[in-house]
Amino acid sequence: MEKTLKNVENVIIRFAGDSGDGMQLTGGRFTETTAIVGNDLSTLPDYPAEIRAPAGSLAGVSAFQIHFSSKDIHTPGDKVDVLVAMNPAALKVHLVELEHSGMLICNTASFTKKNLTYAGYESNPLENGALEDYYNVFAIDMSKIVTEACSDMELPSKTVERTKNLFALGLLFWIFDRSTETTKDWLRKKFAKRPELIEANVRALDAGYNYGETTEIFTTRFMVEKADLPPGTYRNIIGNYAVSLGLVAAAEKSNLPLFYGGYPITPASEILHTLSSLKHHNVKTFQAEDEIAGMASIIGAAFAGNLAVTASSGPGISLKSEALGLAVMAELPMVIVNVQRGGPSTGLPTKTEQSDLFQALYGRNGEAPIPVIASATPGDCFYTAYEACRIAIKYMTPVIVLTDGYLANGSEPWPIPSMDELETIEVKFADTSSLVDGQFMPYLRDKKTLARPWAVPGTTGLEHRIGGLEKEDVTGNVSHDPENHHQMTLTREQKLNNIVNEIPPTDIYGSPSGELLILSWGGTKGSCRTAVEDLQAEGRSVSHIHLRWLNPLPKDLGEILIRYKHILIPEINMGQLSKIIRAEYLVDAQGLNLVKGKPISKGRIIKKVNEMLES
Amino acid sequence: MADVKKVEKKKYSRMDFTSDQSVRWCPGCGDYAILAQTQKVFPELGIDRENIVFISGIGCSSRFPYYMNTYGFHTIHGRAAAIASGVKIANPELSVWVVTGDGDGLSIGGNHTIHLLRRNININVMLFNNRIYGLTKGQYSPTSEVGKITKSTPFGSLDRPFNPLTLAMGAQATFVARSIDRDTKHMQAMIERSHKHKGTSFLEIYQNCLIFNDGAFASMTNKESKADNVIRLEHGQPMLFGKENKKGIKFNDNIPEIIEIGDKYSIDDVLIHNEQDYVIASMLANFTYLDIFPDPVGVLYAIDVPSYDEHVVQQIDEAIGHHGTGSIKELLNSGNTWIVE
Ligand code: SF4
Repeated sequence: MEKTLKNVENVIIRFAGDSGDGMQLTGGRFTETTAIVGNDLSTLPDYPAEIRAPAGSLAGVSAFQIHFSSKDIHTPGDKVDVLVAMNPAALKVHLVELEHSGMLICNTASFTKKNLTYAGYESNPLENGALEDYYNVFAIDMSKIVTEACSDMELPSKTVERTKNLFALGLLFWIFDRSTETTKDWLRKKFAKRPELIEANVRALDAGYNYGETTEIFTTRFMVEKADLPPGTYRNIIGNYAVSLGLVAAAEKSNLPLFYGGYPITPASEILHTLSSLKHHNVKTFQAEDEIAGMASIIGAAFAGNLAVTASSGPGISLKSEALGLAVMAELPMVIVNVQRGGPSTGLPTKTEQSDLFQALYGRNGEAPIPVIASATPGDCFYTAYEACRIAIKYMTPVIVLTDGYLANGSEPWPIPSMDELETIEVKFADTSSLVDGQFMPYLRDKKTLARPWAVPGTTGLEHRIGGLEKEDVTGNVSHDPENHHQMTLTREQKLNNIVNEIPPTDIYGSPSGELLILSWGGTKGSCRTAVEDLQAEGRSVSHIHLRWLNPLPKDLGEILIRYKHILIPEINMGQLSKIIRAEYLVDAQGLNLVKGKPISKGRIIKKVNEMLES
Repeated sequence: MADVKKVEKKKYSRMDFTSDQSVRWCPGCGDYAILAQTQKVFPELGIDRENIVFISGIGCSSRFPYYMNTYGFHTIHGRAAAIASGVKIANPELSVWVVTGDGDGLSIGGNHTIHLLRRNININVMLFNNRIYGLTKGQYSPTSEVGKITKSTPFGSLDRPFNPLTLAMGAQATFVARSIDRDTKHMQAMIERSHKHKGTSFLEIYQNCLIFNDGAFASMTNKESKADNVIRLEHGQPMLFGKENKKGIKFNDNIPEIIEIGDKYSIDDVLIHNEQDYVIASMLANFTYLDIFPDPVGVLYAIDVPSYDEHVVQQIDEAIGHHGTGSIKELLNSGNTWIVE
């Protein structure tokens, strides 16, 4: 039968199944191939906090969404075009987000009475006609087909059954006209020691692909052309990996050994995993006994002259707060990455949120200013981590990098930077040339930056003592003098404010004045930019500014804000940046605050903009 | 014959380790004696001064780094062990010393202490145990005896105390020792042994807090009573104590008992101390709160196993040997890449 090939610009697919169904793997493989095809893409994994929630339960549904396009895109998308539901629970949870007339692909083998009841279905929706009117349903017994494909292999039936995700993947590769080769190479590497598993998985993958090709139920394939991306060498990159690379790049550029001290926590652990595998880059990783020790160890490592970093998430950052204060007082360079997750308390460990901005800015006792930079996209995590290291060393200060669960696990095609493009990181360790009358002055500051000298143990003649007690300016001796304390407080504040000189003029997307400005920070950049693109296409007077530095804020921000009639700040929190902007600039910033553990959709932003413009 | 070049070690005196800061402990505090012995013995250790780092937490004892003319870091409550771990792993060439107290190291920082000990990072811990909170003005500590009347326990404390030595043994420490502030020569020897030990050395020092817990260790320092209340351990030597060393420790069916050397028992019946014997060390550590037994001082336990920091260096060397020195350029370009023209 003739199959037609249709060109489309944009596709959003969601793979959903039980935690044990390998949905993250399936999505990851589809992403890799899609990246190589040259589409622009954005992904959003969504997995449960439990490692193995009861099989077939709603709580145990794991999903992976990929948005790919021949155009430049910024988000994993809202409504999905294709939903792969490997069991009834996955269907139940995700059907609401499938477009009308969207493609629904299900594995009928798991639509058993038990699984249906577990998911809350009274009868089988694949059989009772409930879905056909609205969606393009493809009910396939994937388990049976893979079992047949491997029937001569004498593998345990469970093992064979487990390859059904590769069947689904193969089928989608066929539907979207992409090759299975990259996945096969990957399988060969992954199961190098288990050739029977390579064989079974390859067969399942081929079975899926051929199913599309030979059966009559699929009549149309879709083509998504290469995106018109700027020239360069690309790779697909995940946020947490990008952070790790940014840190290693900064270590190489500054010629400092990298020391990572931390404690495992979702969703930041991958940074520890990645760095611990990079020992040949002279990276030392220390899995501490708790979050406090992780933070404490990097203070020690910074004192000893390493590029010291840690990563955690909200609950862990809470535990680190006291030591962060010490880092401020000791004025030592280090980087703290907070991969934000849903809070408060244990909250939603695997979901995204932007609710730790206040914590980053103010979550310490005393006046303890810390520079804060936030990543905007998975690939941007590389640059923010790198820049944080540069600023930390230049200004002798801890720097907080805010990413979030969505950025950490999401991915996008990423033009690989060349090391020459990156700004140099100059390290000046103090030596005896800085002695004043034969005395070392640990708090004698650089006039321009106000950074104090970095004098590392092992340097002859610079033996000195520092600590968490307030210090006398210049000498660093313990001081309880009120005037001195006031002066030191102002100095620490001024040092932070000097970083403003590192921030380039604010980039405005759209007209430099007008009806409405959307101001964003962190992972909401993509949704905001997409919404603004759509609104501008409709002729609306809407501009967009994305903040990279949250502390200090850019010099020119105040004068820009007053040029717009309305200011909208969409955030996955209760309005933290809104409050800061209102307080700092006395402007009537409005919030769009949705705290649902997922990125704010472009649709919601557009709706809010329309409401504001009509009122 | 080839030229043998001698590397001249720097020569130091006690003054070289004395900082310009005036010491601020209460007059008569046991901390003075510990500081003095440390400053006295450090010139003998053969470490270049710039390679020495003292790290402390919070408490009276934690002022210590300010008075040593070395690198020093007076940090936050309980975290000295964790900060010192970072220092030592970042630069294993340094000689790293943690000065802590019973509150700092066993209460708020207890977790870091036990994990430092189990990891066996080459760090020297000096825990000043005065069985009280001094800096916060006299609350009971995790080593205070049950029933202690203090500001926070007007009716007597209810908690059972930690025994720092059994805690260290339980945490797999590779070096466990004890000394007393008044016992100057002994303390010097213990500091030297701590330094020589590879891995974490745990030295508990009984320290008198004149203001809030005076006399806590009087029975061990008074002329009349100390011989009966303290047993000084020496590797390979019989465990003797008492006036004229007439008492000894003997195993009776694996249960320790005190014997009198004389008609019934000779010195040959007395247990010989063996620093490498975990059972003996544990037994000795447990004497601490048992009234009938003397408190042991000296090295209870010392075994030679590789330190954590050695392993860190080794793993990095092996990884470089295996993959070559990593280049970020290669790392950035690893995995599946494609070119957009
Ligand atoms: S309070 Fe006690 S421990 Fe503290 S300095 Fe005074 S005597 Fe020493």
